[in-house]
Amino acid sequence: MSSSPTNVAHQFDDAVQQRAASTLGMWVFLVTEMMMFGGLFAAYVLYRSMYAEGFAEASNHLDAMVGAMNTLVLLGSSLTMALAVRSAQLGARAGTVAGLLATIVLGCVFLGVKAYEYGHKFEEHLVPGPFFIFAGSQAKPAELFFSLYFAMTGLHALHMVIGVAVLGTLTWMAARNRFSADYHTPVEIGGLYWHFVDIVWIYLFPLLYLLGRH
Amino acid sequence: MEANETPTHYLNADYGLKSWLLTRDHKRIAILYLISITLMFLLGSFFAVLIRLELLTPQGDLVQADTYNKLFTMHGIVMIFFFLVPSIPAVFGNFLLPLMIGARDLAFPRLNLLSWYVYVVGAAFTLWAVLTGGVDTGWTFYTPYSTTASHTKVLTTAIGIFITGFSSILTGLNFIVTIHKMRAPGLTWFRLPLFVWAHYATSLIMILGTPVIAITIFLVGIERAFQLGIFDPALGGDPILFQHLFWFYSHPAVYIMILPSMGVVSEVITCFSRKRIFGYEFVAISSLAIALFGFLVWGHHMFTSTQSVYAALIFSILSFAVAIPSAVKVFNWTATLYRGSISFEAPMLFALGFIGLFTIGGLTGLFLAALGLDVHVHDTYFVVAHFHYIMVGGALMGYLGAVHFWWPKMTGRMYSEWAARVSAVLVFVGFNLTFFPQFVLGYLGMPRRYHAYPDEFQVLNVMSTTGASILGIGYLVPLCYLTWSLWRGAAATANPWRAAGLEWQVPSPPPTENFEQTPIVTEEAYTYPLKEAEVV
Amino acid sequence: MPQTALFPENASTIAGQVDALFFFMIAVSAFFGLLIAALVVYLSVRYRRRGDANAVGAAVHGSLKLEIAWTAIPFLIAMVMFYWGASVYMTMARPPDDAHEIFVVGKQWMWKLQHLEGRREINELHIPVGQPIKLTMTSEDVIHSFFIPAFRIKSDVVPGRYSTLWFEPTKVGTYHLFCAEYCGTEHSLMIGKVVVMEPSEFQAWLSESPHHVTRGALSGSPREIGRELFTQKGCITCHKGASGIMGPSLTGVFGRERKLSDGRTVVADLAYLRESILAPQAKLLDGYQPVMPTFQGQIDEDGILALIEYIKSLREDDPDGEGSEG
Repeated sequence: MSSSPTNVAHQFDDAVQQRAASTLGMWVFLVTEMMMFGGLFAAYVLYRSMYAEGFAEASNHLDAMVGAMNTLVLLGSSLTMALAVRSAQLGARAGTVAGLLATIVLGCVFLGVKAYEYGHKFEEHLVPGPFFIFAGSQAKPAELFFSLYFAMTGLHALHMVIGVAVLGTLTWMAARNRFSADYHTPVEIGGLYWHFVDIVWIYLFPLLYLLGRH
Repeated sequence: MEANETPTHYLNADYGLKSWLLTRDHKRIAILYLISITLMFLLGSFFAVLIRLELLTPQGDLVQADTYNKLFTMHGIVMIFFFLVPSIPAVFGNFLLPLMIGARDLAFPRLNLLSWYVYVVGAAFTLWAVLTGGVDTGWTFYTPYSTTASHTKVLTTAIGIFITGFSSILTGLNFIVTIHKMRAPGLTWFRLPLFVWAHYATSLIMILGTPVIAITIFLVGIERAFQLGIFDPALGGDPILFQHLFWFYSHPAVYIMILPSMGVVSEVITCFSRKRIFGYEFVAISSLAIALFGFLVWGHHMFTSTQSVYAALIFSILSFAVAIPSAVKVFNWTATLYRGSISFEAPMLFALGFIGLFTIGGLTGLFLAALGLDVHVHDTYFVVAHFHYIMVGGALMGYLGAVHFWWPKMTGRMYSEWAARVSAVLVFVGFNLTFFPQFVLGYLGMPRRYHAYPDEFQVLNVMSTTGASILGIGYLVPLCYLTWSLWRGAAATANPWRAAGLEWQVPSPPPTENFEQTPIVTEEAYTYPLKEAEVV
Repeated sequence: MPQTALFPENASTIAGQVDALFFFMIAVSAFFGLLIAALVVYLSVRYRRRGDANAVGAAVHGSLKLEIAWTAIPFLIAMVMFYWGASVYMTMARPPDDAHEIFVVGKQWMWKLQHLEGRREINELHIPVGQPIKLTMTSEDVIHSFFIPAFRIKSDVVPGRYSTLWFEPTKVGTYHLFCAEYCGTEHSLMIGKVVVMEPSEFQAWLSESPHHVTRGALSGSPREIGRELFTQKGCITCHKGASGIMGPSLTGVFGRERKLSDGRTVVADLAYLRESILAPQAKLLDGYQPVMPTFQGQIDEDGILALIEYIKSLREDDPDGEGSEG
């Protein structure tokens, strides 16, 4: 084992055990996250089946092009994240930092576009509450749709913000040469988290933007 | 053994507030939790005292209706989310898991400390809600009452519960990884103490169920804060959906509270019978079965909620099924006594009390699973009595058993044995006198959460309040003699009960690193007689 | 009512069945509870540690036979309980056809009850003995629960939904009516009484009072009020007589299957009619344009029930719902 002993916390016997524990820990956490989003998806599925037409009409008020673009941005960020993890495994510091930075930039682009979309919804009076205005007969289901839209994308965006903060810390650590070919578990489990947040969006996008579109 | 007069252990390894607030030692974090949940227990008990005093008379003359509604709500919230859910896992699980599996600490000590801070922040929000006027929705937060009708501090409380949920999730995550990855050489799954099995099952529920209550409470919060309409019938939302999401967590949450107690009882009964548990595999696997089935029965809280008849039938049959693994445990504990060498120190009295009260609680659970009968007793005092038999008669008896069993290990001091026995008897008698009359009240039809009630229910309510005062004394007595023991108690040996188990092979209190050398396990759990070296 | 009760009165046809199940379960529970208690006490005394402080127990590992026995036997008994409980529940879930319908609307903190003959009550329910009664219930605000202990029946009353409850009183007398689902400040005052009368007395009671329902200027039975509302709210413009371009005829519509614009079919039951009044486009009828305005907020739950009652009365042989009451 060439790993420096300072990287192994006192409760672990060796680096192998530490790495296995950290990875399992992240997977368990992602299971928890799945259950959390699962509650929202359950609500969505129930209401979608109750108010199919209203939800379809409301989803027409979302810009599928913007959503698709954001999807591409996120997929791109998963790629750069994967590259960062690969570089970390090879012990390539510059590549790790570059990959992480690119991921952060793409994450911020996604959040910027999301903010623009939210702003637009505000102007169109599509934010549920006393100022909600929706022409036509499907106003009530549409308000329900937008309640779920903001809850689901809002929770997702919150995860993105946390993800960007985590990546920022990892970039800082990578730049300070804290990782090596032997010790890069934080980058790996940071990557797991980032991919998970991506996958959630891969489900959100078709459910909210595409399903029933006409 | 070192020859020093006072060997270094986790309590005297370092001094000062900072050494506690920044500790990553699982044993110190356990003590932090012990202090916090004891304070929350006292607060919850204070609400219970006022509730019982109010119910002495039928008229509702001690406090206003609004105050009464806040009292039972806050009693439930404080006791469930801030006492029972963290009680055994966060205190004894934290303290004992690494010791029982031969590890130096949990897998993620910093996360462990974080979970305590998260708990404290959540508790602070809830206390803030209590101090600024309280909340009156019932601990169940049923919509649309909680989202549109209540004028109390629902949002602050919801934030508090949401945050505290993460403390539970972090604890569960830590335990799962620790049990999977940190076991000592030779400690195979089927050599684990049953306390560890119980905590493994509990942790599964914590990581699978808690996020769902978190998101549900989050939706209630944003619905109030931003007037979204996810459960609002005026927008076509479905208030029954809330109940489904709520009980998806909150039924398994009952098992978060009871499973660790079952683990404690398995440890205590084997120790004071000085023999192996009867049917080890069945007791171990039944914990997992309870955790699994526990996720499939939530609809039995909703038999009168207008859910479909077919859903009700399925939830009913599954609810009967979940009773079986609990019954298996009770039978195995009883059989463990057979040909034992039984002594009756205080922890054993609490464990035997647990068996009695949990059996009554479990059997009356069958009444609630039976559809035609549940319609009548649903939302009456029958339900109140039933879940107190499980959560107080079961979970809290187990907790007290754990306190008495591992107190010498945690503090290095012995408490007064006779005082502890008196307390065990007081709790058992007081508990039954408090809650048994409530079964009768429930079948008579007295609805729960009633501030005032018809006259003919008074006699039974007076009995209940009388019992509660005995129960209250039963809880206060340990607070006195345990605190007393910290200064005046005799020094405890490493293994005062002559129990099997790795935690008894280290000194009392254990050193910071737990084991000088990682132990190697060669035997099954609960192997008596102990080898000479283990009888310290 | 007795000053101290230990067991509730038995005053409906279902109560005896519930009590029988209850006693069966008490018997089983008492058997197992006492068995466990007796074993624990006996074994504790028999195998208590005597003298030798170093004594240990026997190395008994377990017994597969016993494990199977105490898994299988409780499971079988539990299935008997399930079956018994389910059959009582099914009886509770299916009201007989000749049940006499009464409307119930819960609101914070009172019960509003409406006999179809016209008489209206608050927190009191008068009913004849020996006659099956079916309650159709909804709530104006939060969830309540309608509970009559002497009849052993209960159902939640949920805003936005109709729930039903039926029973047949067997004994003349006065019984408690409780709200069993926590609903706010005066939850414990949302109580009332159920008065079970001889049928003849009940008939006299029904007709004795001049205070028929009054809803502002409207009075009469729900059907009469419904007819008034039908005109007042303008329903009559599109839904009168034969189907027009604007709206379908409502004659004979209740209980019939309807084809929707998206190809699905629904039965025009209470819930469907209520939804069509409040959110007309949610389930649009095939061949019609979504032109009907919503009546959300313009008509309360009593009014909706009255309208539906009027729509129910529109039949081929009675296109104006003029038919005699009852």
